[in-house]
Amino acid sequence: MNAHHDTGSNKVFGFWLYLMSDCVLFATLFAAFAVLHKNTFGGVGVKEVASLGFIFVETMFLLFSSFTFGLAFMSFTRDKKDQALMWLGVTFLLGLAFLGMELYEFAHLIHTGNSWERSAFLTSFFVLVGTHGLHVFFGLIWMLVTMSQLKSKTLEPKMRTRMACLGLFWHFLDLVWIFVFTVVYLMGGI
Amino acid sequence: MAAQYGTGEKTLKLYLIGLVLCLILTCASFGVVAYHPVAGKAAFICLSVLAIAQLFVQVIFFLRLNTNTPEARWNVLSFVFAIFVVVILVGGTLWIMYNLNYNMVH
Repeated sequence: MNAHHDTGSNKVFGFWLYLMSDCVLFATLFAAFAVLHKNTFGGVGVKEVASLGFIFVETMFLLFSSFTFGLAFMSFTRDKKDQALMWLGVTFLLGLAFLGMELYEFAHLIHTGNSWERSAFLTSFFVLVGTHGLHVFFGLIWMLVTMSQLKSKTLEPKMRTRMACLGLFWHFLDLVWIFVFTVVYLMGGI
Repeated sequence: MAAQYGTGEKTLKLYLIGLVLCLILTCASFGVVAYHPVAGKAAFICLSVLAIAQLFVQVIFFLRLNTNTPEARWNVLSFVFAIFVVVILVGGTLWIMYNLNYNMVH
């Protein structure tokens, strides 16, 4: 039958539903953070955790990586494989820069005695921001795999489904980050 | 073609508009905290509104969520439902914990 025409859109919708459940997961982590953000137990609070400038640069890296993924996808749909690979590479580097900055921030906190063990605030901070960062990490690996597949395969329908799913995932991470930087860093700094 | 996956077509123009809007909203958010044009509760509300606005911008311009095709409507429906669950979860948690805290203190 025509089942093989439909499986692509089913897969993408299924992946979208997974992302909706991921939304709920992040919501629980946000709820925990909202409850615990004042419980600093004598340790650092949000204001001491990161500077606005640092978080702004991080945010720019992730926002632009979302944009460049869009460019990659558009190149892909217009059958420009090399251009798609190039933009995927740029997206990867921007995402890597974001993750690098975040890991630096975490390392600094840990080295100054402010790990997740220090207070409830820091626990909820590391879990929320760390879970987002872990998602970014897996997204980057997925991106590398995608780039390698794109190199070796032709622009077949299977690749379109995969690009669509990766795109949903990558855009979703920037969506969650909007709330991370607003709720964690900005609202803590009011 | 993209319509078969239940989202609108991605064009450079739309992506650029989305990017510029997001940049404006992000800078506004950081500006509220860096330069204190409004204080306390007002700042809190401003940040919430700006964040939700940016959510809409990214969902419409980057994810291209729309209600044009039946498939697209399913995407929107599941998204709205997930938001509903999130609101109950976060709102409910805050309500309960606020209540517990109140009863501990008074």
